[in-house]
Amino acid sequence: MKARLVLRFPPLLVDQPVVYKLVKDYNLIFNILRAEITPASEGLMVLEIEGEEEDFKQGLKYLEERGVKFQPLSQDVVMKEELCTHCGACIIHCPTGALYYDDERKVLFAPDKCIACEICVEICPYRAMEVTLG
Amino acid sequence: MRERTIEEINEKIKKGTVVVLTAEEVIEMAKEKGYKKAAEEVDVVTTGTFGPMCSSGVLINFGHSSPRIKKARVWLNDVPAYGGLAAVDIYLGATAIPDNDPANADYPGEFKYGGGHVIEDLVRGKDILLYAESYGTDCYPRKELETYINIHTINEAILFNPRNAYQNYNVAVNLSNRTLYTYMGMLLPNLGNANYCSAGQLSPLLKDPLYETIGIGTRIFLGGGVGYVAWWGTQHSPAVPRNELGIPKVPAGTLALIGDLKQMSPQWLRGASMRGYGVSLAVGVGVPIPILNEEVFHRAAASDAEITAPVVDYSDAYPNRKGEILAEVTYAQLKSGEIEVLGKKVPTASLSSYYKAREIATILKNWIREGKFLLTQPVERLPGPESGIKMKPCDIRKPHIEEF
Repeated sequence: MKARLVLRFPPLLVDQPVVYKLVKDYNLIFNILRAEITPASEGLMVLEIEGEEEDFKQGLKYLEERGVKFQPLSQDVVMKEELCTHCGACIIHCPTGALYYDDERKVLFAPDKCIACEICVEICPYRAMEVTLG
Repeated sequence: MRERTIEEINEKIKKGTVVVLTAEEVIEMAKEKGYKKAAEEVDVVTTGTFGPMCSSGVLINFGHSSPRIKKARVWLNDVPAYGGLAAVDIYLGATAIPDNDPANADYPGEFKYGGGHVIEDLVRGKDILLYAESYGTDCYPRKELETYINIHTINEAILFNPRNAYQNYNVAVNLSNRTLYTYMGMLLPNLGNANYCSAGQLSPLLKDPLYETIGIGTRIFLGGGVGYVAWWGTQHSPAVPRNELGIPKVPAGTLALIGDLKQMSPQWLRGASMRGYGVSLAVGVGVPIPILNEEVFHRAAASDAEITAPVVDYSDAYPNRKGEILAEVTYAQLKSGEIEVLGKKVPTASLSSYYKAREIATILKNWIREGKFLLTQPVERLPGPESGIKMKPCDIRKPHIEEF
């Protein structure tokens, strides 16, 4: 299975090779989409993790035990439907195609494709995209 | 076909027998049935557009306090409004920003809040902080006023937009090697993207290109309520190159629009923050086109493939007013997601919402079908191509130096 997760590391863990453990002990494939690690303060990492279901479960359990808080990325990036005017100014700037037109030129958002780069937040004149990372 | 009059169409509206199609639907119909037959069947074509229109604003009369004030300077939620009118009349422009906004000192500026947002907040019914200063007179002794107003407490709130519904517009590109932040959005370097801002085949003045039906006094959909064409808009420039249908190939006609803000809805009036540029107001406009004859129908049925827009470089040609056009592209090409400029494929993005434009045209269609909206005969026609009127530049004159 595969998932995009936002990991929040407590300050004490910032200098420890947590992600390395995910690979070595749990056979998980990871892709770092984004990372903000500052000594002595909370670290933040957006990871795409892929692996066998059991490994996945155990890996997350390990993270939990180490005090790493995590949640699906989709909870951190939201399109506020009522604010979007469906102009589509954001679409060409979205690097993963998470923002796209449907057949009627309505702008839709696919959270599972989002990597939280926040370009849409900068582009949108109506502030319809909200990213609460970090 | 036999010519139709506005009166005949209005009779049909009252009887409930009127045939109304949106400017998008009518394209298909014309293809299927042919222009002649379709023109005989259709009484009205509805258009729509929704995009940022900077030349917009609201006239407000906020009522008299006790003691009275004749405000000289005034702010709404810290955004300055114009007060050089009678005691409590003000005009708030869509692009006004707070005096303490960092603007582009922190480039590219965010422009989080300005006139357009105050207008949206007014329409939402929110309380707005009013602050006014004056020098005081015998009849208006108060020198300072601080209070909250909202759309219900004020006397009038009249949306008056000196220039909306631009008939065609530039496609903006960037030939330089740095990112540009413009009123046409973010333009990536070296032809990174091409931004356009028109509803194309749904846009009001592109479907009545010679102003045969839209004129002064035309009743319209404005911001979710009913408004009117007040005048031709500023920069109205009808004498420009046009195609065989009379559709201008460059920005041409414009409309000045007026309506009661109290009838409007935030769904169709939205404050916009254009990064590195400033604040604007996105306005929803819908105009009905009565099908008076076959020619009017033919133009109203023009499709995106028949409407072209000029591609302009916003790193040099636009800011320095050089007038150079890099390419002509159709709205069909723009909507395909990619155009070709100087031999390079360039992805396109729209600042105007085609989805909302269609919604507006559909709402207006339903208003007319349900007998809620009657068409108007213009009081005067707008200056057309034959007027020779073209937008004038502002050439800089050096001050006279006296010779000795």
